[in-house]
Amino acid sequence: MFDGIIQNIFNALQWGSFYSLIALGYCLVYGVLLLINFAHGDVFMVGAYLAFFLATFFLGAGSLPHWLILVLIVPLTMILTSLVGVTLERVAYRPLRRKGANKLYVVITALMCGLILEHTNLAILGAGRRSFPTLVDQATINLAGLSVTHLKIAVIIVAILVFILLELVISKTKIGMAMRAISYDRFAIPLMGIPPENIIVFTFVLGSGLAGLAGLLFAMSYPVLDPYMGAMIGWKAFIAAVVGGIGEIRGALVGGFLLGFVEIMAVAFFPSTFRDLIAFTILLLILWKKPTGLFGVSRYQKI
Amino acid sequence: MKQFSIPAVLAVTLFILMGMSLGEGINLYWQDVIMFMGINIILSASLNLVNGYMGEFSCGHAGFMAVGAYVSSLSSVALFTRSSLFGAPILSAGWAVPLFPLCLLAGMAAAAISGLLVAIPSFKTRGDYLAIITIAASFIIKSSIENIKPIGGARGFMGMGQVSAAMSETADLPWMMFWIFLGTVFTIWILRRFVSSTYGKGILAISQDEIAAEIMSVNTNKMKIVAFMLSSGLAGLAGGLYAHKLGYVNPGSFTILKSTECLVMVYLGGMGSLSGAVLSAVVYTLMLEILRFVIPWINDLLHWAQLIPAEYQVTQIWKWVLIPLLLVLLMQFRPEGIMGRHELDDYFPWIKKFYRFK
Repeated sequence: MFDGIIQNIFNALQWGSFYSLIALGYCLVYGVLLLINFAHGDVFMVGAYLAFFLATFFLGAGSLPHWLILVLIVPLTMILTSLVGVTLERVAYRPLRRKGANKLYVVITALMCGLILEHTNLAILGAGRRSFPTLVDQATINLAGLSVTHLKIAVIIVAILVFILLELVISKTKIGMAMRAISYDRFAIPLMGIPPENIIVFTFVLGSGLAGLAGLLFAMSYPVLDPYMGAMIGWKAFIAAVVGGIGEIRGALVGGFLLGFVEIMAVAFFPSTFRDLIAFTILLLILWKKPTGLFGVSRYQKI
Repeated sequence: MKQFSIPAVLAVTLFILMGMSLGEGINLYWQDVIMFMGINIILSASLNLVNGYMGEFSCGHAGFMAVGAYVSSLSSVALFTRSSLFGAPILSAGWAVPLFPLCLLAGMAAAAISGLLVAIPSFKTRGDYLAIITIAASFIIKSSIENIKPIGGARGFMGMGQVSAAMSETADLPWMMFWIFLGTVFTIWILRRFVSSTYGKGILAISQDEIAAEIMSVNTNKMKIVAFMLSSGLAGLAGGLYAHKLGYVNPGSFTILKSTECLVMVYLGGMGSLSGAVLSAVVYTLMLEILRFVIPWINDLLHWAQLIPAEYQVTQIWKWVLIPLLLVLLMQFRPEGIMGRHELDDYFPWIKKFYRFK
């Protein structure tokens, strides 16, 4: 009984880490552009596929040790995924922003970009699921009678480290200050001599890189890939980001872990088909009580 | 003359459609296309009320559609057919034609009530937060339907084909075509009446500036409830027609992809333009069907030009790459959609001479 609870807590932390990593990407872009980047879930999917191709490539290339492959594919996946994110920004969002189009049109464009990524993948690679090669052996740590895989602990630690790093970048560095400034007043930014486009590109690099990292970790933990894997996780992570208070990276972390816990606990006590129902109902109730999310600050409108 | 032109045109269109469907003047495939066009018009026009006229971002339209589809199917199946769930029919088949609109109305009412799930939070929440509430609401609805085992759960619910059969016993007419046509006209009529009335202009006021609207004595909360309930109720009508058209429903048809389709139609047509919503639904439905023929040609062409490896076939999946791509391009070159915020008679003022449509 007790073991089961601890096991569930670890599962919840792991899923919470995935949600948080994706939610952070939503949150960064939202904080800077006030744009819901609906393609983010599919960028995560692209990240997982890129990791898959890189891993199979390096495994086929020669007799590299597994740890070296892992060391190689983590940065490579992140870089390639952030390239995808930046390409989206350059090709689809920036021209619209330049024209001063209504924000909703940018959101629709993002939604469409997500669909394009999904279905191009489906059309080119086929509907067959792919299984990710094992890079980390499924060794377990025994902690007082219960066993947890290395990978699970690594995922949780990575998510928390990423969060701390991001918090440092945003609160301590100059570019982080520029990111905060741009969400505060986007018209004053060019006047202060900060190039806003560079900041936006940097934000997309960060966000998509994190999605790539999440994709890699997800593919290693649940080694079955299919083109639609990003959609549902993406939507859920987005809801988590909103519940945390979108635009606040603390909120994304807390929201992600909250969603992870709610889902795992729902499955632990109810039939698994009730998972989404319970999770979404709880999130909806939170939003009813606190419309701007847990950490969000409501912006008062001046009359 | 002016006030009779539109009813006359509609009556003639209905007569021609029914006659052609009955006499095989248009084959079953094109009948289906026309019916889906009608359903899509209802969906896009009703979502346009919230997303276009009121300026909110609701992306859970499919959820309300699901409520309407299930409630109207359940009531019609219970009333007119023998089913494993309800047993013998309550009424004889002769009642199917006069009472079928009531089943649709029941679906509409249920969908409108489920619209409250979104309408009440919208008092305090706006913009992106409201968007998320609509998504969560549609997930909740879909997930609850999946968990109600008696009505089929995730497998879906069947038996609406017998309802159509019961209607055909009265008179052998293409009844679904008739109801979808009526539903479409009803939707456009009620939305036009609503947004052009003084009362309905409150919605436009909310989209411009909510605080100013409130100062100008628009009861914003009430307007929001009305708008959301009307919009989701009409989505329920579309759902009911869709379910009876197909003969079965399952929760898998009402995913976020369906909501995305509705959104696409609204923004393709232009926010806050009723004729734009109708036009975009027609264009979108035709585009889907035309691509079905075009994709094999593209496949042959590319194989002939040897641009792609011989073993690779360009399949229908590419449709879902091409359509979003077209939309992204549309957004780049004409971000306001086909009609912008205008109606048809703003572009062609001379047509005003021929009709009066309130």
